[in-house]
Amino acid sequence: MTVIACMMILFIGGVIAGLAQAWNKDWPKWVSLFTCAIVAALIFPLFFETPSIIMPVLGTPSYWIELVDIDWIPRFGIGITIGLDGLSLLMVMLTILLGFVALLSSWTEIKERSGFFQCNLLWTLAGVIGVFTSLDLFLFFFFWEVMLIPMYFLIAIWGHENRAYAAMKFFLFTQVSGLLMLISILTLALYGANQTGELTFNYFELLGHQLPPDIGYYVMLGFFIAFVVKLPAFPFHPWLPDAHTQAPTAASVLLAGILLKTGAYGLIRFTIPLFPTASQQIAEIAMFIGAISIIYGAVLAFAQTDFKRLVAYSSVSHMGFVLLGLYAFNEIAIQGAVMQMVAHGFSTAALFMIAGAIQHRLHTRDMRKMGGLWHDMPRMGAIALFFIVASLGMPGLGNFVGEFLVLMGAFQTDMIVTSIAALGLITGAVYSLIAMQKVFQGRGEEKRNLVDIGVRELWALIPLIIGLIWLGVYPQTVFDRVDPVLSSLFQHTVEGGWIGSGL
Amino acid sequence: MIDLLPLLPMIVLTGVILILMLVIAFARNLAFTCACSVFGLVLTFISIIWVETNLGTSQVTPLIIVDDFALMFCAIVVLAAFFVSLLAYSYHASRGDYQDEFYLLLLLSTLGGMILASSSHFASFILGLELLGVSIYAMISYPTKGLKSLEAALKYLILSGVSSALILFGVALLYAVLGTLSFSEMGEAYFQPTGYDRLFILVGSGMMLSGIAFKLSLAPFHMWTPDVYEGAPAPVTAFLATVSKGCIFAVLLRLFLVLDTFQYDAVLTGLFWLAVLSILIGNILALMQTSIKRLLAYSSIAQLGYLMVAFIAASILGGKSLAIEASSFFIIAYFFTTIGAFGVVTIMSMDNADQDTDLMKDYEGLFWRRPILAAFMSVMMLSLAGIPLTAGFVGKFYVIAAGVQSELWTLLILVVIGSGIGLFYYLKVIYTMTKQPLSDEVIKVPLTGGWALATVTIFLLVLGIYPTALIDWLSTMALSMS
Repeated sequence: MTVIACMMILFIGGVIAGLAQAWNKDWPKWVSLFTCAIVAALIFPLFFETPSIIMPVLGTPSYWIELVDIDWIPRFGIGITIGLDGLSLLMVMLTILLGFVALLSSWTEIKERSGFFQCNLLWTLAGVIGVFTSLDLFLFFFFWEVMLIPMYFLIAIWGHENRAYAAMKFFLFTQVSGLLMLISILTLALYGANQTGELTFNYFELLGHQLPPDIGYYVMLGFFIAFVVKLPAFPFHPWLPDAHTQAPTAASVLLAGILLKTGAYGLIRFTIPLFPTASQQIAEIAMFIGAISIIYGAVLAFAQTDFKRLVAYSSVSHMGFVLLGLYAFNEIAIQGAVMQMVAHGFSTAALFMIAGAIQHRLHTRDMRKMGGLWHDMPRMGAIALFFIVASLGMPGLGNFVGEFLVLMGAFQTDMIVTSIAALGLITGAVYSLIAMQKVFQGRGEEKRNLVDIGVRELWALIPLIIGLIWLGVYPQTVFDRVDPVLSSLFQHTVEGGWIGSGL
Repeated sequence: MIDLLPLLPMIVLTGVILILMLVIAFARNLAFTCACSVFGLVLTFISIIWVETNLGTSQVTPLIIVDDFALMFCAIVVLAAFFVSLLAYSYHASRGDYQDEFYLLLLLSTLGGMILASSSHFASFILGLELLGVSIYAMISYPTKGLKSLEAALKYLILSGVSSALILFGVALLYAVLGTLSFSEMGEAYFQPTGYDRLFILVGSGMMLSGIAFKLSLAPFHMWTPDVYEGAPAPVTAFLATVSKGCIFAVLLRLFLVLDTFQYDAVLTGLFWLAVLSILIGNILALMQTSIKRLLAYSSIAQLGYLMVAFIAASILGGKSLAIEASSFFIIAYFFTTIGAFGVVTIMSMDNADQDTDLMKDYEGLFWRRPILAAFMSVMMLSLAGIPLTAGFVGKFYVIAAGVQSELWTLLILVVIGSGIGLFYYLKVIYTMTKQPLSDEVIKVPLTGGWALATVTIFLLVLGIYPTALIDWLSTMALSMS
């Protein structure tokens, strides 16, 4: 019940924050902070709990920290099934952490209608937590769509100059691909009902359904496209640069940090275990798309003059590694992909926060008008350098572990595609360092009086720094939680079964 | 006497109409008239519930059948009339003069709708159709100021007359061959004729279908919709868009289930194209509209197109029950969403005597001027777009489920494309409301209308979050129908 309680708290917190504005303009953000703190206090202790609830997944037991199943619409076999295992917990914790970062990054940025802003922020978090924990396909779809609405408002109301276009594009891409997924979900459930005589949307029961191969492939495609749009991978990425660039800082942090992860999570939790055979059929294409995304994202990032757009395109590149790793169907690569999800969440959220902070001070995102910022804001320069080298894959930091493992594992599956993808490490270094150089080094145009990064921003960034170092030096923390989950989800797809390698 | 008991809702409503007529003859007081009709509608609703719980399916004379399906449509028609009465009160009160008869017309057309939904014979079908239609002509042209409503009424009168004539001609052809006007007797003999007689039946059914498509404003019979929607006063548009279409759809579904007209390939192809064109034309033409009423008109064409997908799903034997359930739920969601959306337009148009406030730019900044009103409108738009938390989502879920069950893949892809286009203009309305307000002029929200709108919104949200009870009822109803 902890998860449901958290979602309720976030929902109610949002309502209170919305109302609090009437009393005092500063209250909403304090309400928001307090709400996040309660949720964190509820969720974080679960990290030390041993998963003990056993449910069969694909014939083998899987272990859950928490599992709730309440009837919702019995007519269709739909229930409120909420579960938390190692993978979900990790994602939920990432969500809450980045919720704090988003909140702190927008602490002074949002002056108008802060009540409604905080309300949308908290509701987004609630929706995302729902996505990460739903184990009923209807419920999952429900949250998948619901989380769009507050995010739409965040972009459409508090976004930058071209917000209407960006918000619309974001909503359209996700919704249309989502409807394809809905058709797939229904086909899966109704075909299952024709076989077993019982209609259900329960994840555990649907795992046992086998569709005829020809239909199975198309049904899998519905899921695949929905998740790949969200990831996003080339050629489904066009919504991302616009949405990330136009969104206010807090929304960019959430978008890049966690909303993209819902796509990867969907692939791991649903697409691959539900359709093992069809997933193997598409593996080649998926890996290829992943490799293309890595290179394409990197090349486009290099060409940008808008700092936020650059970071946005770098996300396309980094999430390409996730796609490549997952569909390599190799233990090491898959674990690398999960590591990449977490590390990318940290590093990109921080970069968007820095981009937002620069925009707040300079009123521009154009890198041609920057330069020499290190001189004015040394602390920000140092921190930005840290996250930029993290994102380009410096050994010792989380992103390196992720990318390295993905490449190492994928190399065993497909040498050529992986070799192409490996070029991404070089291109990544190029665009990252160019950005660093353009923004922070060189000589500034005129004398600027800029305020360096303050205590509030440090509070948001330091946990991310510690996190990235921790992930880079001792990634085992993540693997320990995730390995049992992955082993049950990928047992039919990884060649020779998941043995639990000595990572 | 006992035999007439199932007709209790209609008898109650007729009684209310008679009393109301006397009341208006003696004392003109809009508030009292409104209270009377609202009270009458509540009584009617209670009697519907009573009939549903206490009496089984019963055929009263060959004309009227009272089963769960009919009662469900009666119930939503009465609820729709209830909300429209409340919304219309302040709208008409601010327009002065003699507004009382409006309620008389409203109740009369509600009665027509109820007869239509329960008809099992072409005589009662035509009776209900005309009672509904004629009252609506008068309601559209009720405000005497401004030419637009007059134009709309005339347009609706002529086109509706033409479509009624089409239906009548079709029925005449069927009668010429089959020699009966009762649905069930017709159903028994429907497939027996051969040769020319069979052609007569096909042509007759086709003409009837086109006439009905006119009334449902399915493309390519949709031309009248935007003009009439725009010209009619907002509360009337709400009524026209829901009750008139819903009841005719009820008859259409009953007729097709009894006759099993789906067996004719030509008819099925016709239905397929009606759905395809409605979804595409409705959605595409809605894109560029600057008037909310016109936008909603085109959107309703598209929504009816989605409904047709569920309707076509009933052509497959194994998908019948789910299709009936799906179209019923979709209709309910559509009813209240449409009433809500036009309700917001009604409230916005309160003080504007000549014309309704329906231009997109009038709604700029509504979120900051009247947050709750804007929130209501957003819920309506999200419901029309089929986004979760609203009844529209469950409706769309149902439509897709029915389509999957009957394996209508082409139509399903079309629903996805249509929804994608639809999202564009629904979000445009929401975005417009979040802009900076142009003026700080206070928008007055009348008490009755505000509460009616709040109830509709809550109703939609409840149906979107916890539709279990309604779904259970509908699935039993659908099983007994198929």
